[in-house]
Amino acid sequence: MTHAEKLIRNMLKGDKRATARLLSIVENGLPQAQEAISLLYPHTGNAHIVGITGPSGVGKSTLVEKLVGEIRKKDQTVGIVAVDPTSPFSGGAFLGDRIRMQSLSTDQGVFIRSMASRGNPGGVARATKDAVKILDAAGMDFVIVETVGAGQSEVEVMRIAEVVVVILAPGLGDEIQALKAGQMEIGDIFVVNKSDIESADRVVVDLKSTLAMKTTKDGWRPEVVKTIATTGAGVDELMEKILEHKEYVESTGSEKTRRRRVQNEIESILREKAAEHVMRLLEETIQFNEIVEAVGALKKDPYTAVDELLLNVTAKPKKEGEA
Amino acid sequence: MESGMKIRVLVAKPGLDSHDRGAKVVARALRDAGMEVIYTGLRQTPEQIVEAALQEDVDVLALSILSGAHMTLLPAITGLMEERGMSDVLVLAGGIIPKEDIPMLKECGIADVFGPGTTTDELVHYIRGKIESEAKNLE
Repeated sequence: MTHAEKLIRNMLKGDKRATARLLSIVENGLPQAQEAISLLYPHTGNAHIVGITGPSGVGKSTLVEKLVGEIRKKDQTVGIVAVDPTSPFSGGAFLGDRIRMQSLSTDQGVFIRSMASRGNPGGVARATKDAVKILDAAGMDFVIVETVGAGQSEVEVMRIAEVVVVILAPGLGDEIQALKAGQMEIGDIFVVNKSDIESADRVVVDLKSTLAMKTTKDGWRPEVVKTIATTGAGVDELMEKILEHKEYVESTGSEKTRRRRVQNEIESILREKAAEHVMRLLEETIQFNEIVEAVGALKKDPYTAVDELLLNVTAKPKKEGEA
Repeated sequence: MESGMKIRVLVAKPGLDSHDRGAKVVARALRDAGMEVIYTGLRQTPEQIVEAALQEDVDVLALSILSGAHMTLLPAITGLMEERGMSDVLVLAGGIIPKEDIPMLKECGIADVFGPGTTTDELVHYIRGKIESEAKNLE
């Protein structure tokens, strides 16, 4: 039995350490990662995947803690992948989302994993979608993905989550405007957190008028919910909206959305693997260095150079042992 | 390179003292040394700390304690870790711990104790050395 097989067998029996190890394997892109995903993939598809995003400091982690409390009241289990940024200078990271989730830390129906973004630009880490699969296969009823404090272009969570909750707070001012493209388009549910602050109602009005102008996503009209994460006010309503959205999607063709998600994922893995494959082939040719020099000397433009390289690689007969 | 192995460290404060300046300085230094540092916040029970270390699959558990309860809390933590098959995690302690208590703590599974005056460089160097030699042993 391989290492990955053993870990998955233990994970399916409820061994949390095995789950944690599998998460490390995909996070570090270890050689067993692909084998592990392929073995556990048939066990996925049961969890409802909730994406939580929004600018930093709006209260995402605190709200996640309260939302998980709501889910636990229904006696359902939750996995959380909480992403925080990696330093572009040191490569290190300070992962602090657990600080806001202390009430969940010994709950046996909850599994929290902090994840550093490791340079991935989309607001989640490269391994986040595989981490979600692992927690799904581990039997979690809900998997929550909390993105880094995200701005306009951090929209990758919509490719992972089945429902995207965008969290905002009063005092962001023009940021609501700025969010119109990007984040404003990916939200299925919008939360105005810290709604005990006076200007919260103004934010709700702005938000609703902005959303009213939008065409709806798959016929779903995005909802706006007011919360105070520190006290838990409004979180029950947020939970209701999440379930309403789930029902809506299920009743109006979740197969179509699922197919789209799967296709997206295959395409992105294909792009990644194709690029890796081509680079590996190119490393073996001396032509690569020659072309770099030619472009450097302005004898060739970089687009022509790439066309020539690709032509060369695709025309090359496959050598033995190459994948 | 952004991919590959990173040293993961859980910085935790067991017990009831609320002075986490030291823990934060350590967390910051380890982050700046390229490690991924998870901080769980103040007033953690041994159960909370061990559960977090398990879920986060950390290589290192760094415990900061200034309350004087180290002879109770630290062995409770290492005991739980042994129960859950986590003896391979490097457990370090820092804070205010009298010299005469150190041998007993080491017997309980604390790999080393770093008192006041330790530089962050020393700590980074120590952790890297330990984790790298462990990785070599596995090969």
